[in-house]
Amino acid sequence: MALSNVLETPAAGFNFENAARNAALEGLFDGGQTPKPLKTGTTIAGVVFKDGVVLGADTRATSSEVVADKMCAKIHYISPNIYCCGAGTAADTEKTTDLLSSNLTIYSLNSGRNPRVVMAVNILQDMLYRYHGQIGASLILGGVDCTGNHLYTVGPYGSVNKVPYLAMGSGDLAALAILEDGFKHDLELEKAKELVRAAIHAGIMSDLGSGNNIDICVITKQGVDYIRPYQESEYKDDRKMKYKYRPGTTAVLTEKVVPLKLEVVQETVQKMDTA
Amino acid sequence: MLGETEPQWLSEEVKTGTTIIAIEFDGGVVLGSDSRVSAGESVVNRVMNKLSPLHDKIYCALSGSAADAQTIAEMVNYQLDVHSIEIGEDPQVRSAATLVRNISYKYKEELSAHLIVAGWDRRAGGQVFATLNGLLTRQPFAVGGSGSFYVYGFVDAEYRKRMSKEECQQFVVNTLSLAMNRDGSSGGVAYLVTIDEHGTEEKVILGNDLPTFFDQ
Repeated sequence: MALSNVLETPAAGFNFENAARNAALEGLFDGGQTPKPLKTGTTIAGVVFKDGVVLGADTRATSSEVVADKMCAKIHYISPNIYCCGAGTAADTEKTTDLLSSNLTIYSLNSGRNPRVVMAVNILQDMLYRYHGQIGASLILGGVDCTGNHLYTVGPYGSVNKVPYLAMGSGDLAALAILEDGFKHDLELEKAKELVRAAIHAGIMSDLGSGNNIDICVITKQGVDYIRPYQESEYKDDRKMKYKYRPGTTAVLTEKVVPLKLEVVQETVQKMDTA
Repeated sequence: MLGETEPQWLSEEVKTGTTIIAIEFDGGVVLGSDSRVSAGESVVNRVMNKLSPLHDKIYCALSGSAADAQTIAEMVNYQLDVHSIEIGEDPQVRSAATLVRNISYKYKEELSAHLIVAGWDRRAGGQVFATLNGLLTRQPFAVGGSGSFYVYGFVDAEYRKRMSKEECQQFVVNTLSLAMNRDGSSGGVAYLVTIDEHGTEEKVILGNDLPTFFDQ
């Protein structure tokens, strides 16, 4: 049986362990500015098309106003037939998807089957609901299994929505506008990829928290095509300066050598068998 | 992102901010709901079906926090399955409502969801139960959700005893339409479920097929 924690059965009810820890951590900063968690400030989108599911994401990770990672991977592997885009706190989405992936792998090995998308959704919902919103992960799960092509979203409080097309993240309103306009049932592969690309592009253009390149992941019964990057940003910066300096650039003013007196306390020789 | 507070929907819990209604007629019940799920001012899902099956002939209507309501419905679905295997027959609507009430009452402080339970069973026919805040009461009809406040007057004036199945369906659709017009947190399409001894019928009524009133 696949659970969100395979090794120990979780205690019943809500889990507020981290609330006490967070309060203690805030105390350390003495009323000053606590460091903000790294949020991905994202645009992610997914579309169900005729033969499968297309997922798309931008690649910018921000920490307040600074871009912390220009080539962040927001489409996470869950199982050979299921991938997951994550928005919200970067660490939370990473860890949650890793946990989900390990559990589903163990389930696959135990049962000999490919996991179903609805299983992944149930495990996620279970876990996120138990943490009552403390885990800031908004996830879009897409995959193909024996029952068909599915696209789900799970919110940080544990609510689940199953819809044919979705966008999440800070750029979601812009992306959703493109999807609402262009979506039709049973799109062809190229049209679906173009629709998702346009949606993410709209998010990148209209939202400061999204930017850089666009990653696309196509999942079909035949397999997965993870195109990273699908489209590169036009605003790429080629570093012209070198950051290696030759020895002697910084002048040495004084030099002092202090020999350390060491005593040999014990000496052992062990023969190594290299044969 | 510079100096801005983050958008509301990132931190706000997703609420169903809803209109739900259930009404009993001789031989069954009709349940109805809108389809809007909001997080702050943003609509997260405009086509969510808030009428969730608890058993073949027992449905519940979700309102309040989306996560809480969905979870309660899933838990009760599981408990009812076990219960019906144990007793060897279809469960009573009262049993389903009691299970929902038990969870709502025990976790009253932590949960903010209200479910209306309605269905048909052999012993008592069509029944509607309200489980707000942990109470359990059987009513001829029940309305719930943020949109319900706008239509209390309408339902009180228009309800008549012993309405037929079609009249009940029309009553539900009219109520939903009026509430969706006035409540910002309700909207989208209308979902209808009719349960009687012959079976369960699910229907979707799209936006422009809803009845219009004076403001059209």
